[in-house]
Amino acid sequence: MDTNQYMGMFLEESREHLQTLNSCVLDLENDPENLSVLSEIFRSAHTIKGMSATMGFTNIAELTHEMENILDLLRKGQLKASHDIIDTIFRCVDTLEQLVESVASNNESSIDSKPLIIKLKALAKGEAVASTSVQAEVSNIAPVASSSIELSDTEIAVIKKARDQGMQAYEVQVSLREGCLLKSARSYMVMNALDEIGEVIKSIPAVEELERENFSLSFQVIVISGSEAEKIQHTVLSISEIDQAVVLPCVLPNDAKGEISVPKSLEPMIKKDDEAEKAGTAVVHTQTAVEKKNKSGQSVRVDIDKLDTLLNLVGELVINKTRLEQIGLTHKLTDLVETIEQMDRVTTDLQAVVMKVRMVPVGQVFNRFPRMVRDLSRDLNKEINLIIQGEETELDRTVIDEIGDPLVHLLRNSIDHGIEHPNEREEKGKNPIGEIRLIARHEGNNVIIMVEDDGKGINADIIKRKAVEKGLISQGEADVMDANEAVRLVFLPGFSTAAVVTDVSGRGVGMDAVKNKIESLGGMVDVETKVNEGSKFKIRLPLTLAIIQALLVKVSEEIYAIPLGSIDSTINIIPSDIKTVQNKEVILLRGQIIPIVRLADVLNIPDSGKQHMEEELFVVIVHIGEQRAGIIVDNLIGQQEIVIKSLGKLLAGIKIIAGATILGNGQVALILDIGSLIQ
Amino acid sequence: MLEKSYASSEVQLVVFRLGKEEYSVSILQVQEIKRITDITRVPHTPDYIKGVINLRGSVLPVIDLKKRLNLPQQVLTEDTRIIIVKVDELSVGMIVDAVSEVMTIDQENIDSPDVVAGSVAASYLSGVGKLDNRLLILLNLEEIIGVGQETKIV
Repeated sequence: MDTNQYMGMFLEESREHLQTLNSCVLDLENDPENLSVLSEIFRSAHTIKGMSATMGFTNIAELTHEMENILDLLRKGQLKASHDIIDTIFRCVDTLEQLVESVASNNESSIDSKPLIIKLKALAKGEAVASTSVQAEVSNIAPVASSSIELSDTEIAVIKKARDQGMQAYEVQVSLREGCLLKSARSYMVMNALDEIGEVIKSIPAVEELERENFSLSFQVIVISGSEAEKIQHTVLSISEIDQAVVLPCVLPNDAKGEISVPKSLEPMIKKDDEAEKAGTAVVHTQTAVEKKNKSGQSVRVDIDKLDTLLNLVGELVINKTRLEQIGLTHKLTDLVETIEQMDRVTTDLQAVVMKVRMVPVGQVFNRFPRMVRDLSRDLNKEINLIIQGEETELDRTVIDEIGDPLVHLLRNSIDHGIEHPNEREEKGKNPIGEIRLIARHEGNNVIIMVEDDGKGINADIIKRKAVEKGLISQGEADVMDANEAVRLVFLPGFSTAAVVTDVSGRGVGMDAVKNKIESLGGMVDVETKVNEGSKFKIRLPLTLAIIQALLVKVSEEIYAIPLGSIDSTINIIPSDIKTVQNKEVILLRGQIIPIVRLADVLNIPDSGKQHMEEELFVVIVHIGEQRAGIIVDNLIGQQEIVIKSLGKLLAGIKIIAGATILGNGQVALILDIGSLIQ
Repeated sequence: MLEKSYASSEVQLVVFRLGKEEYSVSILQVQEIKRITDITRVPHTPDYIKGVINLRGSVLPVIDLKKRLNLPQQVLTEDTRIIIVKVDELSVGMIVDAVSEVMTIDQENIDSPDVVAGSVAASYLSGVGKLDNRLLILLNLEEIIGVGQETKIV
């Protein structure tokens, strides 16, 4: 089978299921008795197993298979979800992640899952005593499942082999509707449908008999498939005039001897009522799971590249519309102008919709944090409760992709430096369990993400002292600095307060990297803190990176765009306003000394031959953080909404250019990266 | 990509002029051929990178092929074209003096580039095609565009 075309889907879905596994196992750790969580874990593991087996990734299938065995024992209550087991399951998930990624990067994987498999087997055997009750349970199901079909030795061998490959044999009992006219045709369609999702190895009556309509209204089929029972059932039921389709796992004669190979996905179907009774609280969880499913049913997975193309095309449409507008105006064609006004509205809407389509909930980034917080807090012997709010807040895909690392930094900082050890917390009269809040919400045209902890906070005096020690500020500066300003010193490059550099953080690269990243995304980061009460890091991000407001400026014959977000003001000066301080050109603006940058020089713009000396000069005052500079340009063209385009791989790495945009006349203009321009 | 077309016995080439010599690239690598348009200069790039153009909404870098191959410069004329090629998922425009034709040439008639030791660095060439009395120099676009190697930013 050519599986390449399914590769993308396989990777995408595997990653999704691994994410589910991660978060569900976390839930399980907190609530080991929760059966619905276990079932959810089960379903995900099983799907991964099935998919990987179909795709021929036996190592993934094998590992998930062993994992399922453990999960099954857990669900049957024969194993307790001990720390050891949870840890092992986490390790499995990690290994699976690596395996999936190695598939994605097309590397022959050198990842060895053997030790884990052995460990899993050992864990399963640890409860071998319980196997009698396993048998009991299996035989409970057996009467339903071990139907009338008798299997020959060859068929048993085929089924066994399929199981080794992570597939399952199912017995499908199909009943046709009464009064069905074309029985043979319907049975043929059933066989065909089953053949598509698996391999039919036997039918009763035999296929020839079915074709001759030599049966009453029902027949049975044994099919080997990597799909789940529900899927098979669904497939059969989608054929018309089918009254009923019962899908049962095919039980081999020696199955009852203790080996559990009942398809896991099927169990929830059989045991649903039972489950709800057992755990009253579980019902709530099941409901949320159901809600989630419904939601995904209404959405379509689209490659981000396709959306980019769509956005490009819409952009192109807008540009052409502008040209038509110009034609209408120059030739005074009122009819055309009116029509274009209509078109204008449509294109504006279209652009808005396309932008909206690119929005992704921040939950996609957030959902990997619970696991990280858990691992870290255990490593550091701290108890931490992570509270996530507003995960449904949407941000542009491009921002989402970039925001993960800074958030990891902030969270690590909070866990490592913020939250104290439990006994220290108790001494301070705090709840021994620390709390970290990760909150996202909309605020105007921005999205705010906050990382809040109730740890020891940041002591402004210590920060000042450290900063002076490291020579980042002078003692004089430190003395006049208020607490808020002092705390912001943590964003300076090379600043770290941790006495000991741990594995987690404290190397002094963290916070300024966070700040740089956020600012490169057009956002801002700020910190508020109170000693012994905790700190709050607040990140403000634009909704999208794709469209920004910019000021277009002209230097010589070239047009450049300066992002409006970093512009303070524009002023006119005369050449004599420019003073030199230590060989650097500066101007004085409202008592502040501002260094100036001549764009023509920095960008090596060929001189147009004009003399600027006597003329008025246009200066754009820009800022990055606290740093200010004046950029001298020849002319200001005006403010405009621009669509940011990348310069591509070949030209990546030019520091002072942040990207390009296409102007109304179809010309390309470059966007300046103010940050690197004024440094 | 070029290798692939070598497998069959015939290769289709887009032939263009640089100065007086005839050069060619595999038609499989050519996306389109455009008249010269506004090129926006990009500062701090190697001199052979002419700038960027707008190709239906995407921004593409354009290479001055003659500068890249160290050939004598010439002014733009009516015949000057930009050939848009795609190498390793990277689309790039190349300025050429004129595009003459598309021709099919038998694999057997392509010699290794060592035969001609000329002004162009050998690594930029992938072969020399002989057709009647003409010599077509096949370009090694991967090398010329420099995919994979860091573009030197001044």
